[in-house]
Amino acid sequence: MTRTADETVTYPGARRPDRSRTVSSDGLMLRVYEWGPEDGPPILMAHGGFDFAGTFDVFAPMLADAGYRCVSWDARGHGDSEHAVLYNWGADLRDSLVVLDTVTDRPVPILGHSKGGGLMLELADACAHRVSHVINLDGLPSKNNWPDVSDRERTRMVQGEVQRWLDHRRAVVDRQRRPGTLDELAERRGRMNPRLEPDWLRYLVSIGARHDADGWRWKIDPVLRPGGFGPWRPEWTMHRVPGIGVPFLGVLGLEPELMGWGTVPEDVHPYLPPGAEFVPLEGVGHFVHIEQPRLVADLVIEFLS
Amino acid sequence: MTPDRTSARTSSDTREARDPADIEFVRSGKAALALHHLRRGAGRPLLLLHGLAEQTPARVPAHLAEWPGPVIGLDFTGHGRSTIPAGGGYTAEALMGDVDAALVEIGSATVLGRGLGAYIALLIAGARPDRVRGAILADGPGLIGGGIRPSSPSLVPLDPDQPAVPDPHALNELSRDVRPPDYASEFARMALQGSELDDPIAVAAVVRPEWLAGVVGEYGVVELPLDRALARYADVD
Repeated sequence: MTRTADETVTYPGARRPDRSRTVSSDGLMLRVYEWGPEDGPPILMAHGGFDFAGTFDVFAPMLADAGYRCVSWDARGHGDSEHAVLYNWGADLRDSLVVLDTVTDRPVPILGHSKGGGLMLELADACAHRVSHVINLDGLPSKNNWPDVSDRERTRMVQGEVQRWLDHRRAVVDRQRRPGTLDELAERRGRMNPRLEPDWLRYLVSIGARHDADGWRWKIDPVLRPGGFGPWRPEWTMHRVPGIGVPFLGVLGLEPELMGWGTVPEDVHPYLPPGAEFVPLEGVGHFVHIEQPRLVADLVIEFLS
Repeated sequence: MTPDRTSARTSSDTREARDPADIEFVRSGKAALALHHLRRGAGRPLLLLHGLAEQTPARVPAHLAEWPGPVIGLDFTGHGRSTIPAGGGYTAEALMGDVDAALVEIGSATVLGRGLGAYIALLIAGARPDRVRGAILADGPGLIGGGIRPSSPSLVPLDPDQPAVPDPHALNELSRDVRPPDYASEFARMALQGSELDDPIAVAAVVRPEWLAGVVGEYGVVELPLDRALARYADVD
């Protein structure tokens, strides 16, 4: 990794997108990025929660160099997309279709990591006619990381989480994220992603954070916070999988991680659609395309070919 | 503070004019919410939560006239005179946050919810049992919600240039809001665990979707006609 005087950070193999533009999702501005030839076969790529399209900066160029037009976007409230008043799964899903509509009306491969993987499963369910292949990178959730506690204790935990969420919502109005040096932000991110290289984390900061007068700040909307509560159940996402009628590739990192689901192959096998390819990766964590970009890119290229 | 609708649809409010002094705007996240002081006075307020696509009524409904204290109505985000956000993203939990913001402003209150507002009343009763002195769940639009599990997803295109209040995204998303009975019941248990009342939730609704049927079976939940539920909570200190 090298850093120039204006704090431009580089990382081996990382390449910023070849093109960038904005699209409006019902009045909300989304930032869209593309790697690879404009006339190449497109792949729609959705990043994970609390990430941004720049997390594909090593992985996407590998697909681009194989001739694909990789299209991704910063989810609402993430990266350089506009911060929204409200956030929910359905809005993210609509946003993904808005982006796809700007690319083609033909069926295309869709790829997603983590939350983005779940989102692409739902897009495949909602708009099967727009999807030619589904590629899921460690985005198959399970209940394995949910605590096993008594009902009374669970009620207390949920109430605590709800109240913390409400308190955060009250307190965060007009606040900004805490500033720090580039290294400090990388270190903070490293606590959530301990398997990722410090140099990569510093590179991520240079894309996903902005440099204000008092330091670097993550661009992500301060309203958004990890964890949370709600009626959603992991099996609801898994129930989208068996009905997928196009080729499916699932890649699962087997090393447990804070931001991962703790999903094991036995959780996935019952849901795989006929003919699915499923690749569990030993010694790889949740960010399969960041830890092993060449390996995962080759899996994708072979799958699509 | 008034709603910032610069990034939102324009709207045409068809409600009859109310004295601006009786409308107060409070912040809920990035939204400005209209709190309508329908009747001022001393004592614990009755906070009205409207149904899906509704808004705070123009005056105190006749059947609520006996409430001994102030009567206040909240327009949820995307409804009435509150902010219409760009791009939707509505959840019942965000509307619970709306009520939380209102309670910060008005203090503890008895909450009466219609339809969608009934579900939100349940959520806030569980989330803030120290501030909700009785939640009454009544019939109204949006009571049923989107069922107990997600349906096949659909992506409904909406025209962002069409002026609309309530926000079409709110109608689309909140009518599909998934409400598993065990999730709803968790909030009833939270209300009971945290409230000083023996029966912090009263179900006045005749219609009983699955989430509400589950709630009715919980300790701390009573089934009462609306007038008796109001009388019960009016008597609470």
